[in-house]
Amino acid sequence: MTKAQEKNLPRPNPETAAYWEGCRQHELLIQRCTHCGEYQFYPRILCSACMSEHVEWVQSAGLGHVLTFTIVRRAVSEAYAAEVPYVVALIQLEEGPKMMSNLVQCEPDSVEIGMPVEVIFEDWSEEITIPKFRPAARPEG
Amino acid sequence: MDSLRGKVAIVGAADTEVGKVPQLGATALCVDAARRALEDAGITKDQVDGLVTCNSMAEPYMYHAEAIAEYLQIFPRYCISVGAGGGTTFSILHHAASAITTGVCDTVLISMADSLRTGLSREQAMSLQSSTGHPQFEIPYGPTVPAYYALIARAHMEAYGTTPEQLAAVAVSGRKYAALNSNAQMRDLISIEDVLSSRLIADPLHLLDCSLVSDGGAAVILTSADRATDFPHHSVYILGAGEGHGHEHISQAQSLTSSAAVDSGRRAFEMAGLSPKDIDVAELYDCFTPVVLIELEDLGFCKKGEAGAFVEAGGTALEGPLPVNTHGGLLSHCHPGNPGSMFALTEAVRQLRRQAGARQVKNAEVALVHGQGGIMSSHTTLILGRERNG
Repeated sequence: MTKAQEKNLPRPNPETAAYWEGCRQHELLIQRCTHCGEYQFYPRILCSACMSEHVEWVQSAGLGHVLTFTIVRRAVSEAYAAEVPYVVALIQLEEGPKMMSNLVQCEPDSVEIGMPVEVIFEDWSEEITIPKFRPAARPEG
Repeated sequence: MDSLRGKVAIVGAADTEVGKVPQLGATALCVDAARRALEDAGITKDQVDGLVTCNSMAEPYMYHAEAIAEYLQIFPRYCISVGAGGGTTFSILHHAASAITTGVCDTVLISMADSLRTGLSREQAMSLQSSTGHPQFEIPYGPTVPAYYALIARAHMEAYGTTPEQLAAVAVSGRKYAALNSNAQMRDLISIEDVLSSRLIADPLHLLDCSLVSDGGAAVILTSADRATDFPHHSVYILGAGEGHGHEHISQAQSLTSSAAVDSGRRAFEMAGLSPKDIDVAELYDCFTPVVLIELEDLGFCKKGEAGAFVEAGGTALEGPLPVNTHGGLLSHCHPGNPGSMFALTEAVRQLRRQAGARQVKNAEVALVHGQGGIMSSHTTLILGRERNG
């Protein structure tokens, strides 16, 4: 388990508890509207496309590509300093939604926009597991 | 809503000392800015019946504007402190102007200050750094504020071939003006090479692509244009105001390379009945160099993807087609956080009063000021004129 006591751990709330529980099970859950079919992330109590309250949890394939990224050279706090330089990226999932994450298990200088990536999970505590991404074993699709 | 065009004037404007100002705390800076603006307008505090402030990070109050009113012993009928950030500074000016035109109040003092350079405890500084972003879906990944803007810079480079040299040119341009401004925090000229050889903070942003951390404050006084005839300095009129709000978190942005500045600019130009070619001087929010490029494009001064070449070719210089950030901007003049946009406003007033000395834009008649808050989230554009009818 990664030592992360001083990192900025998320605090799940009623809307997001299922998402974080999914992460704990190493499953990336996103929401899909049963009314209009739109996928969304982050979790909401309604569909932000059509306002339907009928949103269901579905498991993302965990595949996507890098929309943009940066290599952080000066850490946000001491808890992150050991990881410098680390990659903060915006990932577009194959299902459509975008999310922020870290890109790991690769040389930061090798990262490119458009690079296919796949989700991995880092267990930070008993309760919290953080989804991150690494270069995909093979191109998406 | 009725158009504000020509109905409200800025009759007072002043800055405090900026940079390192350890002798004044954040509350005192706010009060000092207010005092200077009242003096500039030649009015007494009893003539103020509206007060707007932004909260301070160094010396926060639960009800900040009320705390400043109490300190000054004024008793306004319109009193509000705003969460601020770059864009909301101007959006509250938009609201205050509306309050004047609807008769809620007559004369509004807007005063904003903070002391981020010398006034923060270590704990405050750390929590400030870690508090930007979504607490569950961004902050755990360790992004810094420069990192958020680096995401935008990288996307712009990828889409349009914008180069690190072109980003650097924004910082170089601002510094040239700061060298002409004795109040600016950083006045030594810099080169493109200086920017590129400064420490990488978050690729592709170097230290000199990032704005300053400062103490300082500024204030303006607004009243109706009808009352603006008898003040010590030439009044400056609001010709247009427009807002655009795109998102809060950059990971939810509709686009990484354009912003709601498209909407705020269009709305402000429509109200003013003007277009980008009518603007003599622009003061644009420049917390990081790529922001200026996106604003130049979104506000219609450059085609999408062409702002880098425009700045590189001297387009924003004093002798160029669109002087930008003539005080030095957040990159070189000062950046005390939430009040940062106020200095763009007081500079625009100085330019339109023709009081800007060595950095005066010749015959400046119409100025545009633009603020954005969050991470390209919330945008307000104001168009100001030396004449009431633009």
